[in-house]
Amino acid sequence: MSSTTPNVQTQPDEVKNLFQSGDKRVLVEVKNLKKYFPIKSGIVFQREVAAVKAVDGVSFHIYEGETLGLVGESGCGKSTTGRTILQLYRATDGSVTFEGQELTTLKGEQLRRMRRRMQMVFQDPYASLNPRMSVGRIVAEPLVVHGIGTKREREERVAELLELVGLNPYFVRRYPHEFSGGQRQRIGLARSLALNPKFIVADEPISALDVSIQAQVVNLLQQLQQDLGLTYLFIAHDLSMVRHLCDRVAVMYLGKIVEIAESEELYTNPLHPYTQALLSAVPVPDPKVEEKRQRIILKGDVPSPINPPHGCNFNTRCPVSVDVCFEQDPELVEVLPEHWVACHRV
Amino acid sequence: MAVAEGAKPISLEDEHHEGVSPWIDSWRLFKRNKAAVIALVMLIIIVFIALTAGLWTQLGLLDARGGAAARHTVNPANQTPQDAYPDPGLCARDGQDSNPYWCGWLESDVLVQVQNKYCFRPEPDTTQEQWCYLLGGDSDGKDWLTQTVYGAQVSLAVGFIGAMTSMIIGMIYGIVAGYYGGGIDNLMMRFIDFLYGLPGIVIIILLQVYFTELARTYQDADQQGIAGFLLDLNKDLGGLLFLFFALGALGWIGMARQARGMVLSYREQEFVEAARAVGASNRRIIFVHLLPNILGPLIVLETMAIPGYIFLEAGLSFIGLGVQPGTPSWGSMISEVRDRGGLFSNRHLLLVPGTALVLTTLSFNFLGDGLRDALDPRMRGN
Repeated sequence: MSSTTPNVQTQPDEVKNLFQSGDKRVLVEVKNLKKYFPIKSGIVFQREVAAVKAVDGVSFHIYEGETLGLVGESGCGKSTTGRTILQLYRATDGSVTFEGQELTTLKGEQLRRMRRRMQMVFQDPYASLNPRMSVGRIVAEPLVVHGIGTKREREERVAELLELVGLNPYFVRRYPHEFSGGQRQRIGLARSLALNPKFIVADEPISALDVSIQAQVVNLLQQLQQDLGLTYLFIAHDLSMVRHLCDRVAVMYLGKIVEIAESEELYTNPLHPYTQALLSAVPVPDPKVEEKRQRIILKGDVPSPINPPHGCNFNTRCPVSVDVCFEQDPELVEVLPEHWVACHRV
Repeated sequence: MAVAEGAKPISLEDEHHEGVSPWIDSWRLFKRNKAAVIALVMLIIIVFIALTAGLWTQLGLLDARGGAAARHTVNPANQTPQDAYPDPGLCARDGQDSNPYWCGWLESDVLVQVQNKYCFRPEPDTTQEQWCYLLGGDSDGKDWLTQTVYGAQVSLAVGFIGAMTSMIIGMIYGIVAGYYGGGIDNLMMRFIDFLYGLPGIVIIILLQVYFTELARTYQDADQQGIAGFLLDLNKDLGGLLFLFFALGALGWIGMARQARGMVLSYREQEFVEAARAVGASNRRIIFVHLLPNILGPLIVLETMAIPGYIFLEAGLSFIGLGVQPGTPSWGSMISEVRDRGGLFSNRHLLLVPGTALVLTTLSFNFLGDGLRDALDPRMRGN
């Protein structure tokens, strides 16, 4: 595959060298990130009556070239975190740095430039492609927006990208409704790769796909990571897929991160009671083990993010809560090397 | 594995690579709807006839005396017909032959023409020019068919311009409100609520009365500036300009609400977010991503709204607030039949503009139905 567009070409050698050197460079750093969505009331003059605390003080970092999994149940703020990192939502508070540059204060042209370095893959392959645009236009859009290349160069780049994600380059004049979910997800992936980003937020990219297709897309994601040296923030709720794909995993509950650890460490030695409950829900493909398996069933529902509980926000459902859990919000502490937990009982 | 001789393995590369654009797809769907296609053909014929009315007149297929210029030919002194000529309704009711509307004998002498037309002469003078009123004529000596054809110009102009203005204004308003949201949206929508509360038809009538009076006041005085220009334009358009204003002022409100609603639903779609993630400008998102998606349903809505505009013009013209006297319009034709007592003697005169009105509005309705089936994204197999 020959590339005739030098300004959008990748340098896989350079990336490999970086891995060989062994040191882990932090690519994205998130500190105390908050995103509140205001709830307004009033007919003409609206005032804020409350706020949905979708993300409420989240801190973590992502190393260059790794895949960080972000798991948690629906509505815990995973997607909001991803979108706030990409500045699709502007943060209420806190900071996001990318390659050392603060993003939350970026505006206009500077922000547009940064967008070339980080992209997003969306959950719904049916909603994420404009039904009125041909595949060629969809994939070329990032190039058009940033004024990269001539028309002819862009066409070549689009063909190259389609091939990269395993699609026939002749599909450029087709429209999204002519494709299956998996193929559409590949188109979305091609679009996000068009600008040669370093960092991709994958917001449940496989949740809407059939299981057989899921494996294909995950393998493609891994292949692309190897070839292009990408860094992923992989948002998901499929725990076994996360274990397979991710180097490290962060568990979120009600707008906060409760535990971060390396993938194997988290799955073999979960410390936070919520993580333990979450992992105990993963079915084991062995009837004998499955029979004896002890599941931790959490009582109650997730509290409303408009009015989270005082103290540790898991205290309403925690099987091991004590008095201090109702008074103090636990800090995220590194209890083992690279294993951070926010729990008073650990 | 046995493969039949000559059979080619199915490969994606063998397929035709031209994709089917949603617009082309819609056209295919539309073609399947017989009623809509018939309506479209009807409308094309109606528009064609209306646009070429002048040509038919020149060719002698339509009576030049019956067209917009008829008043000047027949009634050069600009007198009202009642003063100058016998009332056809009376003529018929007096027990004389009530046929004259269908067929008249015209001479070079205007007065004789009209009298001949209204009161059938038992022994027609063979030297007279013979002229047949295919669908009857009125007391000014105007051919009813010709009037109807010229009336189609007015109705179609009102329908299209009403649709265009309300669509453009409503769409811009709705997109701005829906896309920018927040306080702007709130303020803009409250203004629309306020307009909805106003009795639209009353305001249109008041505006029409005001503009008509204004035009009459300044008829002789040579008006300068914008007011003069507008009044001149209005005069040239036969009093339609202010009707367009009134229609535009009323029609865009519903459109704006619809456009806003659709923008609200589309701007949260992931493809818009994807565009934002690559750094697309607001302008690009609106014109490339939102507009093509909301355009289809909005066109359907506007097509369905056209009969309303046509009826409104006919209604206003019927009560004398629409086009200026002398400009042929279906509403004023119906009103003329009523005013001159034609309801008793010559009911068929009502049928001519009435049928034209019904055919045109029905065509627009069926066309709108077909377009809705073809363009509505909910019908599309996702």
